[in-house]
Amino acid sequence: MSGHFMFDGRPVPFEAGQTILEAARAAGHYIPHLCWHPDFPPHGSCKLCMVKVGGRHVSSCALEAKEGMEVESNTPEMNGERRALLQMLFVEGNHFCPSCEKSGNCQLQAQAYELEMTSARFDHFFPVRPVDASHPDILLDFNRCIFCELCVRASRDVDGKSVFALTNRGIHKHLVVNAESGQLGDTDFSADDLAANICPVGVILHKRVGFEVPIGERTYDEVPISVVSMRDKGSKP
Amino acid sequence: MSQLDKKPRLRVATTSLAGCFGCHMSFLDIDEHLFELARLVEFDRSPLTDIKECGPCDIGLIEGGVCNAENVHVLRAFRANCKTLVAVGACAINGGLPAQRNHLELEACLREVYEHREGMDAPGVPNDPELPLLLDKVHPIHEIVRVDYFIPGCPPSGETIWKFLSDLIAGRTPRLSHELLRFD
Repeated sequence: MSGHFMFDGRPVPFEAGQTILEAARAAGHYIPHLCWHPDFPPHGSCKLCMVKVGGRHVSSCALEAKEGMEVESNTPEMNGERRALLQMLFVEGNHFCPSCEKSGNCQLQAQAYELEMTSARFDHFFPVRPVDASHPDILLDFNRCIFCELCVRASRDVDGKSVFALTNRGIHKHLVVNAESGQLGDTDFSADDLAANICPVGVILHKRVGFEVPIGERTYDEVPISVVSMRDKGSKP
Repeated sequence: MSQLDKKPRLRVATTSLAGCFGCHMSFLDIDEHLFELARLVEFDRSPLTDIKECGPCDIGLIEGGVCNAENVHVLRAFRANCKTLVAVGACAINGGLPAQRNHLELEACLREVYEHREGMDAPGVPNDPELPLLLDKVHPIHEIVRVDYFIPGCPPSGETIWKFLSDLIAGRTPRLSHELLRFD
């Protein structure tokens, strides 16, 4: 079964079982997102992809498209909500972009540019979570984690290693390494693992390659994430 | 005299709190626009003038976060005097790299530098009342006073600062488009 729904006033076709986000992307319409990845089931934690359907805010990564739905996405209201969500993520962590190796290649930062966020507005939490430099090839800075669980999912479902997990509740939730010592160096984690290469922000960093790409040539230097993300809409988030 | 010269000029004050003066250098990077600016505005207190206290102003540009007691006093004086207060650069906006000391204990920091360092002739944390005491954490300026606008960047480019100022001076709502918006 297939049909059409209205996306910001334009008809978008869908196949049965496709989510709003998938169908919109297939039709060339970008919806901002952080925790969604085309190779994994929806996660629903970042809430950036939310759209308005029938007066309600829903996660477009998780909701199946239905015939005749009227979806609002690129509106001042929805973009304002998305900006507020980004501001929350920024104050929850220590996002000091000027010294972060991921700057220019970071999806969180690129979303903030996309949605014209000029400040994080809320009071900062300044979390204190020690970095883990125990692994020979990988460095972990837990203070930048946005809890998308892409590393958790990649390590468990693809690499078959279950190196990462989220632990604790509420604002105390944080990323941990599944080892007796809690140290990445004591796991069988490898720099070639999918989990080592999927972090959308600056938590999982490869050692000795930081600041290798000149400013101006980084992923999101030239064009916004909405353009980069749609260049290869099948496989790239 | 051109028409422009007869218009009352806006007053602009600038200061650096827990800043590195990089945002002021970037401001000077507007190069020849400085001549244009000099016809449109008059400078009040600023590291670039000799004025000691901030008087009534239209625009206040603040660089740097808030790291000590004097920063708080200066910031409050700017807020009281400036109609429009602008946070310039990463430090003023989120504390910036200096806020990386927020996960350290302040006393341990001071002792590390002034007491435990090798080769010091007279070790001891400076304690003259002339010196402003450090706050236990570095804060973005919006946690101390209300802020009207934010210009991100470390530092914001001269182009970004000029776009913002020329918008503001001309009475337009300043807007930084994608290519001018950078956090690094």
